[in-house]
Formats: sequence, structure tokens, C-alpha cells
Amino acid sequence: MNKGKVGRIQILTMLLLAITLAWSGCAQKEEPKAPYKIGGIFAITGRASFLGEPERNSMELLAEQINAQGGVNGHPIELVIYDTEGDATKAVLNVNKLIEKDNVLAIVGPSLSGTTLAVVPIVEKAQVPLISCAASVKITTPVKKWVFKTPQTDVMAVAKIYEYMQGQGIKKIAILSVGNAFGASGREQLLQQAPDYGYEIVADEKFGPKDTDMTPQLTKIRSLNPGAIICWGTNPGPAVVAKNMRQLGIEIPLYQSHGVASKKFIQLAGEAADGVILPTGKILVAGALPDTDPQKPTLLKYIADYEAKYNIAVSGFGGYAWDGLEILAQALEKAGADRAKIREEIEKITGHVGVSGIFRFSPQDHNGLNKEEAFVMVKIVNGDWQVVQ
Amino acid sequence: MDLSSQILQYVISGITNGAIYAVIALGFTIIYNSTEVINFAQGEFVMLGGMAVIALDGNGHLPLGFSFLLAVLAVTLVGIALERFTIRPAKSSNPIALIIITVGASIFLRGLAMMFWGKDSLGLRAFTGSSPIHFGGATLIPQSLWVLGVTVVVMAALQFFYKHTITGKAMRACAFNRRAAGLVGIGVNRMVMVSFALSAAIGAAAGIVIVPITLCGYDVGIMLGLKGFCAAVLGGLGSSPGSILGGFLLGVLEALGAGLISSGFKDAIAFFVLLLVLFLRPSGLLGSKEVKRF
Amino acid sequence: MIRFLKYTWFQVGSFGLLLALVPLVVTNRYYLNVMIFIGIHTLLVVGLNLLMGYAGQISLGHAAFFGLGAYTSGVLTATYKLSPWPAMVIAVVLTVAVALLVGVPALKLTGYYLAMATLGFGIIVYICFKELVWLTGGPSGLVGIPKLSIGTVVLDEPRTYYYLVWAITLGAIVLSLNIVDSRVGRALRAIHDSEPAARASGIYTARLKIWVFVVSAIYASVAGSLYAHFITFISPSSFDFMFSIKLVTMVVVGGMASIWGAVFGAATLTVLPEVLAVFHDFDIVIFGLILMVVMIFMPQGLTRGALDLWEKYRLQRDVAGGSLSGG
Repeated sequence: MNKGKVGRIQILTMLLLAITLAWSGCAQKEEPKAPYKIGGIFAITGRASFLGEPERNSMELLAEQINAQGGVNGHPIELVIYDTEGDATKAVLNVNKLIEKDNVLAIVGPSLSGTTLAVVPIVEKAQVPLISCAASVKITTPVKKWVFKTPQTDVMAVAKIYEYMQGQGIKKIAILSVGNAFGASGREQLLQQAPDYGYEIVADEKFGPKDTDMTPQLTKIRSLNPGAIICWGTNPGPAVVAKNMRQLGIEIPLYQSHGVASKKFIQLAGEAADGVILPTGKILVAGALPDTDPQKPTLLKYIADYEAKYNIAVSGFGGYAWDGLEILAQALEKAGADRAKIREEIEKITGHVGVSGIFRFSPQDHNGLNKEEAFVMVKIVNGDWQVVQ
Repeated sequence: MDLSSQILQYVISGITNGAIYAVIALGFTIIYNSTEVINFAQGEFVMLGGMAVIALDGNGHLPLGFSFLLAVLAVTLVGIALERFTIRPAKSSNPIALIIITVGASIFLRGLAMMFWGKDSLGLRAFTGSSPIHFGGATLIPQSLWVLGVTVVVMAALQFFYKHTITGKAMRACAFNRRAAGLVGIGVNRMVMVSFALSAAIGAAAGIVIVPITLCGYDVGIMLGLKGFCAAVLGGLGSSPGSILGGFLLGVLEALGAGLISSGFKDAIAFFVLLLVLFLRPSGLLGSKEVKRF
Repeated sequence: MIRFLKYTWFQVGSFGLLLALVPLVVTNRYYLNVMIFIGIHTLLVVGLNLLMGYAGQISLGHAAFFGLGAYTSGVLTATYKLSPWPAMVIAVVLTVAVALLVGVPALKLTGYYLAMATLGFGIIVYICFKELVWLTGGPSGLVGIPKLSIGTVVLDEPRTYYYLVWAITLGAIVLSLNIVDSRVGRALRAIHDSEPAARASGIYTARLKIWVFVVSAIYASVAGSLYAHFITFISPSSFDFMFSIKLVTMVVVGGMASIWGAVFGAATLTVLPEVLAVFHDFDIVIFGLILMVVMIFMPQGLTRGALDLWEKYRLQRDVAGGSLSGG
């Protein structure tokens, strides 16, 4: 009994000592300037974690690098990152938390179009700059004062595919889209832009985000004899589509969206991935870019750093958050800790070379990308990407 | 391509999916019969089976058959642990509390799977080749035959177990009347544990055999569990033939709905038919008239 | 009886007072937002608890009524520019119609068959939200839902919206307490205990069950409208099958057949994920674990479980006290 008591007191003493030491350690390490607090809000878990996880990773990686180089004008960057699970309610709560509780200067994210549209009214009202990592064109069209976005829009992706297909002599197209915001937004663009290029949509089929068998849809599509199938979705559905097409012996070309632009898709679809054509940011083919490409050094550095830190293959998605924080850091450098000035400075950034493209913001354009630079068309050949013209 | 071979293709797709729904529904039925509880973690057994076999096949250089058995065994242990550490200590006769426990268990298992295997979907090589087999204008892949084969084996083994083994007979006795079974000396608690073990094992088997076709991620269990529950109710809760019938019916309905009516509404079509069936036959297609209450 | 009633009003009164004071202390909008969501969830759960706890009928499709309220309000105000209050009334009317259409045949079912029927209904409604793109905006969601206003005052501050939500929720709680304490309430509990016995003693069980189903659907619809006007953006994924399960969990964790249990369950399961967010990717594992542990040790729910623990503690204290004086 007595022994036990002594032990407890010793432990207590050591604990106190440790705390005191840690305290003094903190005090000694002088931090001359207050950190800049930046919020991050991504779908880190849940159905869109393939976006949110690399986005969080990239943002943390970049913050580390900036701080290692002395921060922004001497101010270190402090990140506060929350998980939305891809859910609108959670996104609203967390954005409020970032603004009201953590008092961040600006926010990067959310990952999804739906969650972004849900939080837009909040940041507009609270006047906090937000750089979204979501695809939908609706986020920045019409322009909202406080909202920017870094990913290429689905308008550009669709236009890129349609332009490429014009050289292939295809007239009739079948669409197969996933039943979530990404698929719905892509589908809308595919339907809307088809007449401009003189294509006829003969089938407009859908599949659920968790569906595991698309042979019924493909069987129906086959009976309508289209010249190509365009599948708009995110893994694993599109991989199943590719496999099912092999099974049914459908020989026409399969186009996919940039939503599957990662090695993961090739792993999942296996040999069925061969021959698939898709638009992607330059990141997937960074090594094969000509040396004259201004993005090449940025891309190679990002890939090397990311893979060194996390030891997993890079995807095109983490770059959205990387670009977001880089743009913020640039704006911070000129504006300091002032939300309104940060917003103004972002609008003035032109020619920033990022992962997803070259950003030229303006008061009329809060995305700042164009499709020629932001996308390349690639074809999967023997399990690897090959640029096609 | 003419309509008849199209429909044949839909039916073949439907039967492959339906076989899986049937096996999952059987898992629900086994546990329901011994506890009157719907185990919402049933889909998680399927997911764990799939993830475990991918991990085993990817790591070692074990033959696939060995990985298969090891994965089934591992998930069976999870099933036993679930019973031993959550259902039994609850000692509750309140089914709704037990159901929420299984909901909690499914969230817990899903979270663990996410921590172990990450958030991405994973794939597995087909058991025997992937070149499609042509069949009357329709095609199917060899793996579909594996799915059907395993389904038939599971059903036959279960039938044998119930009819010809003493444990199986005891379980049937528990399903009829737990108290009476206890009175004649059957260890009801042990039977509940056996039912969780069995249910986990066949769920895992289903999960393993579909991975090469459907891929597997930590969160596939929700949808599969839901479909399996739907099949079990459609066929009539507590009835094994009902579960099998319900599973195949659901699979074929979905495929035909997707192909012939609308792929966007395919699940709505399947559930609409389910509602109609329930309104006309309030205890499923082959269910008994006696219904359980909360 | 009168004492009991007075006691109940005392409870409601002090709860109301407490709620009214909260915004005076809590000025952080984040916490107010959390409180607003607790209010909306409470409204939903109180209604569902009437159905589950008192009438003994399960619904795994309650997210559908929540969604019907949200989408009717959303579409009428955002697309057709109707003013929000009439839209909310139309939403209730529509929800009642749908609840009757589904409830009349479905409530002839019992137990798991009823659970499955309501689940199926919920999924069908969810798919309609997703697929009727021209009306609902599809999976991309519906934007531009206006904020609510009373007269010329726009309720766009969390504080004002907090008062609105909790005023309505408190009204619903009072209404529920009245229902529970009336002839109808006793009849409901009779149905819960034994439907044939209830029928034999002259209760129109079928009509009563449908009545409660409709009432709980109305609660859900109003909650949906409040949700839509609060976050001004809705998308189908907020009204999926998992949300229905979450609501049932709130009812059971709080404690069935207890109005205050419903409040407690809604509050606990709304706050818990926020608190667990510090564990990042581990949060759902811990959440599942907590859910299991609570239901294993308190199968009657947290409110009853807490009361039991208190009783046990008092007993032990008394016994201990007794033995001391005896020794």
C-alpha cells in the first residue's frame, strides 16, 4: 500500500517535471511572428476519400515545406483540417467551426461540388476566401466574390474529349454516368455540348456509386450500336465498366473522365484498362512531357516529394489542394493577415504555374485555367499512360 | 443484337448477382432463426471476406484455395467474437437493442477495415482465367460460374448440416422454440454462437468469390448487406428456401429493370416490386404466417 | 395525476428557459450551429419516438419524410419563388398525402416486414430525389434556397434561427407530451404491449397506427423544411438510408418511449461525431465501439440507463450507510 503511494507520487513528480520542461522548451524556442492559420476541409473518409485523403496529404506536405523555409514572411503556416465525409451537413458545421472557432484566414476545400455549394453562402456572408477542390463549373460560374477553385472544370474535360473524338470519325455516342454529383455534372455537360460537335447521344445510362455489375447497361448500349462509350465516374465503378465491356466483347472505344486518372484505375481494371482513353491533368504523364513545358519541373518536384513522404503513388487529386495552398501562400505574402486583402491578391495572380495547370485569375475568372493547358488526352497502353493527339 | 439474346444476358447477369444476394440472405436467416435479430453487420462479413483474401493473396505466395480457406476461417472467428463479446454480454431480450448493437458492430468493423486496408478499392485475379464464355448469344465470365458453384455448395452444405448433423438439428429446434429447445437440454447460447460462426463463414465465402468480378473496398458491406436483407424479407424471414428464391429474384429484377426500363431507377424498381409483394403477402413469398414483434 | 402534470410542465418550462439562455452565454456561431442541428434532429427523433417507442412500429424510412419536407420547401422557394412559410405548409400537406399512401398498406405489416417496407419506401424516395433532375437538381443538389424570415426580419443569423428551431421543437415536445398523456397515448401503449388485446378492448388499432405514422411524418417534414432553409443547399445524400438508420439509433440510444430520451439521444449522437473528430480516421471505430458498449450495458437507452445507475448508487449508499450505523 505504502509502496504504491510512493510510486504514484514519483510518477506525478516526473509528470510535472516533464510538463515544466516542455513548457520551458516551448518558451525558449522563440516564435517572433504569429502563425497564419489556414483551414482545410476535405472528404477524408467516406465515399470520396480518394479525393480527400491525397488533398489533405498534399496540403500538409506543402505547409511543412513552407515552414521549413521560414514560413510566409516569417510567419509559419498553421493548418486546421477537418473531415466532411462528403456530407453537406458536416461541411456546413466544419466551415463554421473553421471560421468561428479556429478563426482561419482562408479555407482550402471542400473536395466535392455538393459540399462546396453548401458552404458557399457561409463564406460569402462571413467574407472568408475559399479555394474549392471540386470540379463543378457551377462553383465559379457565375463568379462569387469569395470563392475560387483550382481543379479543371468538367466543361473543359468534356470539350477536350469531344474535340479529340472529332478526329476519330465518331458520330453516335453512349453515355454511362455514375449517380453522384461528379457523374451528374459530367453527364449534364456531355448532353449539353454534344450538339455543338454534331454528336448524337443514343444512350444515356447510369449506375450507382457502389454498383458492381454494369452488364445490363452495356448490353442495352451494345444493341444501340454507338461509335463510342463515354463513362463518367470515379472508382471503382468505371473499372467495373471496363471489365464488363471485355466480358461482353464490346469492341468500340471506351472514354473515361479525369475522375479515374490514377494508377488505381489501371490496377483495378487490369488488362481491361488497355485502350481506354481519357483526359487528365499533366501530372500522370509528367515524365513524358517535353522539357519546354513550363509545368514539368513543378510536377516532377510535387510527385517526388509526395511519393517520398507518403510512399504511395500520386494521383491527380492531391494537386488541387497543393495549388490551393500555394496560391494562398502567394496572396498571404503580399496581403498579410487580412481576409479581404488575401481575396484581392488571389484575383491578381496571373501565370502561377501549378500542378493542375497555369492559373490566371481575374475578377471575372475565379478558376483561372484553360483547357489547352489543363488537360492532355492519354490512352492506356500496356498498363501505362501514353499521350495521344 | 436481338431482344431475346439481350434478355438472356440480363437474366445471366441477374442470376450471378442474385446468387450473392441469396448467400447473404441465408446469413441473415441463420442468425434470425437463432436470435430473432437482424444482424446489420452481415454485409461486413462479406466485405471482410473479400478484403482478407486480397490481403492473403497479395502478401504470401499461398495457393488461392488456401487463402480462401484462411480468409473464411478468419472471418468466422470475427463472427464468433461478435457474438461472444457483444450479443452474449448484452443478455437482452430486446431485439431492437441487439439490432443497434449490430449496427454499431458494422460501423466498428468498417472502421477497422479502413484502418488496415485503406480507403481504396482493391481487386483480385480471377480464379480461372477471364476469357468470356459464349452462351446462346450471351456471354459470361468463368468467375460467374465460380460464384454459382460456391452458392450451390453453400446451400447444399447448409441443407446437409441442418438435416443430418446433431448440431444442425439442435439449431432447427432453437429456431422453432428456444425455450422448449433449452428444456430438452440444447445449449441455446452455444447454438447462437454457432449461428454467428456459420453466418460469418458463408458471408465471407460470398465475399471472396465475388471480389474478382466486383472489386472490394472497406465500404462495400453496406450495400450488399442491404440487398441481402431485402432478399431475405422478400423470400420470407426465417425460411432458407425463401432467402434463396428472394436473392435470385432480386438479382434478376435489378438486371431486367436496368436493361429494359431505366438504369437510373433500377433499385427503385426492385424495391417497388418488393413493396408490392409485401402488401400482397405480408410475410414474404415463403415466410410463415407467424410474425415477430419488437 | 395533477402533480405529475405539474411536474411535466415544470420540466418543459425549465428546459425552455435553459434553451432561451444558451445564446446569451454561447456566442460562437459554430456551437450555435451544432445546437440548431440538435434541435432539428430532436424534432425528427421526438416524432419517430412516438411511432417506435409508443406505438411500437418501426420506420427505417424516416429520412424520406425529412427529405420530402426539405425538397418541397427547397423546390418551391428556390425554383418557383414561393415564399417559405406557405411552402412549408404545402410540404406538410404533401408529406401527409405520401404518408397516408404508404402508411395505409404498410402498417398492416409488422416487425421486420414493416421495417423492410419503410426501408424500401425510403430508398425509392431517395432515388427519386436523385433521378428527377429537372425538379430536384439531381445528385448535384439544389442551390439558392432562401433563408427564412418572419415579417421583414430575415433569420440569417445562427442566433435567430436557433430560437426559431427550438421554439418549434419545444412546441413539438409539448404536443408529444400531451399526446402521450392522453387517451390516444394510452391506446398507443396498449398497441405496443399487445395489438390483439388493444383491439379487443375497443381501440381502432389500424386507424391509430396510421395516425401516429402521419404525425411523425409531419414532424419530419417540418424538420426537413427547417434544415433546407438553414443550410440553403440540399442534395440527396443527406436523405439516404444511412440517415434513417441514424435516426433510429438516436431513438434507441436516447431511450424508447421517453420524450426526454429522444432529446437526449438526438443531442448525444449529433455532438458525439463532432467530439470524436479529433481522432481523425479513427473516429468511426470509436463511434461504433461506443454505440455497442452503450447498448450492451444500457439496452433501455441512456436516459433509463443513467436513472438505473443513480438508483443503484443510492441503494448502495443507503446500504453502506445502514451497515455503518448498524456496526
